[in-house]
Amino acid sequence: MSDTPEPTPAATPAPTPESVQSALADALAAVSAAQSVAELKTVRASHLGDASVLAGFHAGIKSLPAEQRADVGKLVGGAKAELSAAVEAKTAELESIEEAQQLQADAVDVTAIAATTHPGGRHPLTVLMEQMADVFVSMGWEIGEGPELEHEWFNFDALNFDADHPARALQDTFFIDPVERHLLLRTHTSPVQMRSLLSRDLPVYVVSPGRVYRTDELDATHTPVFHQIEGIAIDRGLTMAHLRGTLDHLARAMFGDDAKVRLRPNYFPFTEPSAEMDIWHPTFRGGARWIEWGGCGMVNRNVLLAAGIDPDEYQGFAFGMGIERTLMFRNNISDMRDMVEGDIRFTQGFGMVV
Amino acid sequence: MRVPLSWLREYVEPATPLTAQSLHDALVSVGLEEEDVHTFDVTGPVVVGQVESFVDEPQSNGKTIRWCQVRVAETDTQGAPAARGIVCGADNFVEGDKVVVTLPGAVLPGGFEIAARKTYGHVSDGMIASAKELGLGDDHSGILRLGELGLDPALGTDAIDLLGLDDVAVEVNVTPDRGYAMSIRGIAREYHHATGDPFTDPALTLTPSVGEGFSVTLDDSAPIRRQAGCQVFIARSVTGINATAPTPPFMVARLALAGMRSISLPVDITNYVMLEYGQPIHGYDLDRLTGGITVRRATPGETLRTLDDQERTLDPEDLLITDDSGPIGIAGVMGGAATELDDSSTNVLIEAAWFDPVSIARTARRHKLPSEASKRFQRGVDPLVAEAAAQRVVDLLVHYAGGTAGELGARVVMDLVGQMPQVSFSPESVLGVAGIEVTAERSQAILEDIGCHVESTTEPWSVTPPTWRPDLHDFPTLVEEIARIVGFESIPSLLPQAPSGTGLTAAQAAKRRIVSGLAAAGYTEVLSYPFVEAGLNETFSGVTEDAQVVVANALDPQVNRMRASLLPGLVGVVHRNHSRGLVDLAVFEAGSVFLPPDTLGTDTIEPGATQPSAEAISQMNQSLPAQPWWVAGVLTGTRRPRGVGAPAEPVGIADALQAARDCVALAGGVLEVRQGSHPAFHPGRTAELVVSGTVIGRAGELLPSLAESLDLPRVVAACEIDGTALLGAISGHPTMDPLSPYPAATQDLSVVVATEHAAGDIRQAIVEGAGELLESCELVDSYSGEGLGENQVSLTFALRFRAADRTLTQAEATEAKEAGLALAASRFGATLRG
Repeated sequence: MSDTPEPTPAATPAPTPESVQSALADALAAVSAAQSVAELKTVRASHLGDASVLAGFHAGIKSLPAEQRADVGKLVGGAKAELSAAVEAKTAELESIEEAQQLQADAVDVTAIAATTHPGGRHPLTVLMEQMADVFVSMGWEIGEGPELEHEWFNFDALNFDADHPARALQDTFFIDPVERHLLLRTHTSPVQMRSLLSRDLPVYVVSPGRVYRTDELDATHTPVFHQIEGIAIDRGLTMAHLRGTLDHLARAMFGDDAKVRLRPNYFPFTEPSAEMDIWHPTFRGGARWIEWGGCGMVNRNVLLAAGIDPDEYQGFAFGMGIERTLMFRNNISDMRDMVEGDIRFTQGFGMVV
Repeated sequence: MRVPLSWLREYVEPATPLTAQSLHDALVSVGLEEEDVHTFDVTGPVVVGQVESFVDEPQSNGKTIRWCQVRVAETDTQGAPAARGIVCGADNFVEGDKVVVTLPGAVLPGGFEIAARKTYGHVSDGMIASAKELGLGDDHSGILRLGELGLDPALGTDAIDLLGLDDVAVEVNVTPDRGYAMSIRGIAREYHHATGDPFTDPALTLTPSVGEGFSVTLDDSAPIRRQAGCQVFIARSVTGINATAPTPPFMVARLALAGMRSISLPVDITNYVMLEYGQPIHGYDLDRLTGGITVRRATPGETLRTLDDQERTLDPEDLLITDDSGPIGIAGVMGGAATELDDSSTNVLIEAAWFDPVSIARTARRHKLPSEASKRFQRGVDPLVAEAAAQRVVDLLVHYAGGTAGELGARVVMDLVGQMPQVSFSPESVLGVAGIEVTAERSQAILEDIGCHVESTTEPWSVTPPTWRPDLHDFPTLVEEIARIVGFESIPSLLPQAPSGTGLTAAQAAKRRIVSGLAAAGYTEVLSYPFVEAGLNETFSGVTEDAQVVVANALDPQVNRMRASLLPGLVGVVHRNHSRGLVDLAVFEAGSVFLPPDTLGTDTIEPGATQPSAEAISQMNQSLPAQPWWVAGVLTGTRRPRGVGAPAEPVGIADALQAARDCVALAGGVLEVRQGSHPAFHPGRTAELVVSGTVIGRAGELLPSLAESLDLPRVVAACEIDGTALLGAISGHPTMDPLSPYPAATQDLSVVVATEHAAGDIRQAIVEGAGELLESCELVDSYSGEGLGENQVSLTFALRFRAADRTLTQAEATEAKEAGLALAASRFGATLRG
């Protein structure tokens, strides 16, 4: 910042207190009148620079008689210091003004700024499925997986569906051509139960979310392709009380502390006893109420036998519920078609959460 | 099963008045779910009237109406005979007939309100009703004549009460294991279980007689699954009936509420008894039978004209009722036309039989003939109720059709019928399985109440279920019985403690990261059906149509392939959005594709309740299509929306590549891009995607002609990645060397090469040649045109050099750069741009 006094200044008359005062006054007036940082720089150069009057005075000091040099030197030095301070203060003042002006110039209407990308979003079904699975993962359960296109044995025989069970007829199940080769699209996530039991060490606590298929035409409440989450726990000493406790926990995790589950007798080939479960939905639109949520029961002994497990030593429970149905009553969706058609307005309406 | 309350009241004694709600509450508590409530929807005044006189009045529209004078009270309030004028379109009545008159203010089914109204030049002060108008069946051929029903009520009698139109039926869903509940008999028992109110078993209210002398032979040469097709056959005869006698109104009303229409008295009686006892009944015209009856399997090619007048070709598995003339009925499913009861029938042979559920189910399914009878046989009929049910039919025919019970008949019951297998049962298992504390005494009482015989002197108990409960075959089924009658609400709530788990697997976590990351990066997740059309499936996947996985019973036969690529489904989603005016799209889907294995499926199937061998399981798994997890995205329109000061930017291959890069980065890999080609993609705008040397997918723009044929815009950017392969290509955890704190030296390098060389290859040569001092090398510019040869391009790379242990000099950086250039020169003839 400071100019080097090396170059020899122009010859100037010897400084007097009056001439120093007068030069200082001129310089201060110029500083004060400066309108911009750039102008101030020029002012500074002309009044403090090598060619300035004060620099000339400074140079002239050495030509003064020795006894005057100290006083005049002090005088000139003081004037330079005062001027420097004034320049500094003025610089700060002008910079602050200019910054404010710049900020003002930069200002935009934030409500008019365009998005730089289109929004994305997770499909609420897959988010909900993960959320439900995570309730179990947090309890130490693991997530089991299996193929959607399954062997008939895993989907039916292993699960104690009799060879003549009506669900095995073409009207409910999608079969793969040729049908006599025993392949199908799984009608429930329950084949994963069998795969988990066959591949894991006991005890088994597994939850399996996934896609399933039934031959229903798409309408407001049916879709041929939908999602389920299914759980199975096989251990020593498990009873329906543990089934109920698990479902109550899930209900509370999903629907709040006031949620609970009610069991009603029902029939499924792969569980005995079997129950239908209703959930008490405390915040249902239109008032708290019971809603059918899924099926459950104690795993049928024949299922354990198919997995090579001794049903006299181990027993357990299984349950399953539809994700679409859960999403419908949880998030107040009235038409199944909105979930399956892929209209981006649906997914984007949820964003990243469900 | 629909349960008319008046009917149920005959067999239960409710402590509190039976209503639809109370019945529903009771039945649901024992596991019979309510489906619906059925009523006649008729409200009065609906009364008995008598046609005093009428005048036929031909109308200009060709119709003739009758202007009737109808009395609905013996006297009016002043004591004079009261008649009212009513216009009637029917002509099936005579003066003096007693009829049902719906008076102004009455409401008929469908919300049809009766009012005095002007029609055909008269004020019609009410309406004379037909059976159909009252909800009592389909008969709209004329009005209902009460005399025909054998009724002669006083004028003004409330016809709603008279005809049972105030009855209500509760419909419950009967689970397939509880066939006995598809009867008033079974529902009465369940009602008793739910409430404790007394009930009467209808089968115990009569003493069956046994008919003799009619030849019945059970000859099953090919039992299905070792079960003889027919194990009980009761034949009874009734002679001298009047088949045209009216069905009593209560029966018509109950049948209607139960969902069955009235056909003729004999048929109505067989249906009525089926609903009451759960035993399907078939009636034959005895005079049309030739000789005795043989129950046997069909022979190949055999045919039968069933009573719906269809000629049916029979399957050797079908169980038949035959006489000397040949087949006269498909057992348990549908009778034959030749021996059907009709108005001229006077002598009847009644069949009450037990047929094997599996045999009946297969036949009903094969011939697509689900009926009330086959539904019951499929779920299992009480084999010991046939005699009582047959007796009930005989009694009703005698009472209402004026017949005489004949001695001719047969009683064929196979050995062991009705012998139920004993179930070993420990009373502690109620706590052990259901988690409910129930005393042994209570458990025993419940089991006995549901009809079991309990031998409880030693433990475990020996429990013999009743003949109507074939579903009670092991101890858990008995636990369920006890639990459902004690009430599932008694089950406590205990959260089990699972052993410590390991959370999501690495692959599960990565999949979630990819899907969420793509969504956060501006892609919209959709879930399309995996059913696709064969041609499009081949176009996008390269799997030929004949190799694709086919759904045998697809809802739409044109869309019957399992996707071998996610793109056919995604372009469908894109098209749907376009048709809804949503054109700026970046959609993606993650899910399974189905790639055919060498051999699809297995010849045989393993049995249930037994663990298959490891080889059998492996064979099943190998017979499945590979179902890897893929991720695909499709973009159309703009990548960034038009906005203030920001023009819209159209999508292109760059966006498809960015999607791929995002996806690979989310998986933890580094994407390498090569020039690619694919029949569905633009030949000059397709990239092959490579991670750690493995090809994991492609990205680019669709072939414009394909996009056009799909009714999509010309530029459709798409990317498809085999996510399973991607995750498989990335191994181990990322590692990191210490970061150099020394300053970087940056230099640009512009080289001229022939256009045939890919920039990626040039870059790779520079990277290799420059060696380890080169920290980063990015292509920042590409120029062709003036100053360059025709097939030349100038590529500018921004290079950043850094040493691990010192500050690099510019000279060192330049030396490394030149080494990079040298390798590019030797590989591709690259020259420094002057």
